[in-house]
Amino acid sequence: MRYDVFFAGYGGQGVLLAGNLLSYAAIHEGKNVSFFPAYGVEKRGGAAMCTVVFADGDTGSPVVGNPSVSVLLNQLSFDKYAAKVKQGGICIVNSSLVDTGGIDLPGIDVVLVPMNQIALEMGDVRMVNMVACGAYIEKSRALKSESLAAALKKALPERNHKLIPANLIAMEAGAQAARD
Amino acid sequence: MKQVFTRPESLKDVSTHFCPGCHHGSVHRLVAEALDEFGIRSRTIGVASVGCSVFLYGYFDIDVIESPHGRAPAVATGAKRARPDRIVFTYQGDGDLAAIGMSEIIHAANRGEDITVIFVNNTTYGMTGGQMAPTTLPGQKTSTSPYGRDVRKDGAPFKMAELLSNLDGVAFSARVALNSPKNVIQARKMIKTAFRYQVEKKGFSFIEALSACPTNWGMNPLDANQRVTDELIPYFPLGVYKNTANL
Amino acid sequence: MQTTAAEKIFVKGNEAVAMAALEAGCRCYFGYPITPQSDIPEYLSRELPGLGGEFIQAESEIGAINMLLGASATGVRAMTSSSGPGISLKQEGISYMAGSELPGVIIDIMRAGPGLGGIDASQADYFQATRGGGHGGYRIIVLAPASVQEIYDLTMLAFDLSDIYRMPAMVLADSVIGQMKESVTPNSRPKTVLPPKEWVVRGRAEGTPQNVVKSLYLGDGEMEAFHWKMQARYQELADKESRWEEVQTADAELIVTAFGSTSRIAKTAISMAREAGMKVGLMRPITLFPFPKKAYAAISERCKLFLDIELSTGQMIDDVRLSVARDAEVAFYGRPPGAGSLPTPEELFEQIKKNYQACS
Repeated sequence: MRYDVFFAGYGGQGVLLAGNLLSYAAIHEGKNVSFFPAYGVEKRGGAAMCTVVFADGDTGSPVVGNPSVSVLLNQLSFDKYAAKVKQGGICIVNSSLVDTGGIDLPGIDVVLVPMNQIALEMGDVRMVNMVACGAYIEKSRALKSESLAAALKKALPERNHKLIPANLIAMEAGAQAARD
Repeated sequence: MKQVFTRPESLKDVSTHFCPGCHHGSVHRLVAEALDEFGIRSRTIGVASVGCSVFLYGYFDIDVIESPHGRAPAVATGAKRARPDRIVFTYQGDGDLAAIGMSEIIHAANRGEDITVIFVNNTTYGMTGGQMAPTTLPGQKTSTSPYGRDVRKDGAPFKMAELLSNLDGVAFSARVALNSPKNVIQARKMIKTAFRYQVEKKGFSFIEALSACPTNWGMNPLDANQRVTDELIPYFPLGVYKNTANL
Repeated sequence: MQTTAAEKIFVKGNEAVAMAALEAGCRCYFGYPITPQSDIPEYLSRELPGLGGEFIQAESEIGAINMLLGASATGVRAMTSSSGPGISLKQEGISYMAGSELPGVIIDIMRAGPGLGGIDASQADYFQATRGGGHGGYRIIVLAPASVQEIYDLTMLAFDLSDIYRMPAMVLADSVIGQMKESVTPNSRPKTVLPPKEWVVRGRAEGTPQNVVKSLYLGDGEMEAFHWKMQARYQELADKESRWEEVQTADAELIVTAFGSTSRIAKTAISMAREAGMKVGLMRPITLFPFPKKAYAAISERCKLFLDIELSTGQMIDDVRLSVARDAEVAFYGRPPGAGSLPTPEELFEQIKKNYQACS
């Protein structure tokens, strides 16, 4: 089985960390992984995106034209990338920052998760990427949540390991919101 | 019978291609004497440059790397860093060191690479036939400055021994000449000091040797020697410009 | 090799290069910062001092390649890395290294050009890499990885081949491979039997011959003899070291050919074509010099239609056309490099469909 997911937002939303986290989780499950980042020239506030592909065998193209799942964290990425989701695929949208009004996405399962709001409720808006990851594994069922817990230890620098419990709670909240 | 003069062991028993009256041969000999004196020939790597000095390996009985034009200090840096127990020196002319290789020499000196640089300044490109060099004197006619060097257009000659002495990485910088017995004796002392500093791992050492090029100057050897006294030394004064032992 | 999840690491292509160089015994690195390869000097500046190695951030790309020349001349394993604009500056030193029969590894993480171009992936430096790049008529070994695992393994191979054949070896990748992170098994250095380096400069001790590393040949016939010797070496290299990957070529009616990052994108496009019932295969050269000519000749005996795909307006296609049987047709699809021009698998699938329909 080959899975692919596309994450996009603006710099500072933790898009690349989210991609890294899913990658470590997939490696934890014995899969081969390709993580392909792309970002604007700006160090802060520019566009940030990444594609993660994982598979039991060959990961194939690190570039995906029509992703099976896209997680879009801001309006700009939604406007640019929502329509590229593959037919029958899933588009997970940060409804705190994205107005989906007026855009019709036939054949795509659009999942609205108020990620900023949930992260704020958890105590830190910077956990928006963790909420997004939770929503992703809930909808895609591509990875186990235990794998993400293990992955946090690898994706986060040692000094931030104390934040792991809070991140796990944020992920669970994201999953919960995607279920509802 | 007591032998009072012989060929240094570090030089091969061959005749050179240098023109009559050229000072390269004298500089070669003094460098070879220094290698002999410190007993370092068997651990010395020479770096030849592009120009009349390219045949270093033909005259010195040592291992040699031939460098691209101007890059000898970078090549020597690589060799010395890879083999810090070896003695590494470059031998470069004025076009090589002060024109195309200015960046490499400045940065190697500034890093304080533990190498010795022998810089032969004869105010012209010798091998290519006497074109204007970065050290060509104001007003000096060459095949590419037929009306004389115009400092308003060509800039003034670089004084490398002084320039490098301003860099913290340089342990020793001196200018010598070879046009008289007195100057040769002084040059021998300076070249030995430069190599001694490397043996003692004191850092970058630099010798600028004012040299005659009778062929490209259009002079006989004696007149060329005189020109060194009359024109070169006044512009490029001899002496020690940096000696960390004195600091 | 038996691997488990626990043994794998997750690293960028650029980091994999640095790790592989250290595993291969490289202890001297000389470089200059340029996007998209700066992770390589950053990693090595961190790791080399602790290993007793030497790291120099050179004054220029020219300085760096000449430091590599000097270090290699003493017999150690040494490396430099850069991208387009910097690789252009290094051509002088590469030519001298080729002329002096010096080994040495050069990593080229291609970016868009000409000039300052852009930092996006490119394959437009294929000619520069495979045709020698500098003056005088010479070739260097060019290896083209298509994954992070492969850039790790090929970096180690580059050191071995460079030592064996006494010529510079280049690993030619682009910012997709350099910036991408993948799960990698950090393999051990291959146990290759290497020839002794009797030619190195080390100081002429009593009873040993004078060694000179040089590229100047002025004697009657000397330069010509050098060239003929190198031609023979290139032939030996082609006979022994040509490497390529074939995927589903046995029954293919159309063979896609691509190297490096585009071959990865093409692989997924080929899977899409196979799912749609089209008999399509992939021919991926791993050595760009030597180009695996015989392998192309062999598969073109059974398949007569090729589709060459490149992230340029077409460079490798010249080698493909020179290698396939005379009655084989080589179609082309390429996009010039730059922001937004990286093709998607879906886009390549459309090209495959178009060419496949034309042949059936």
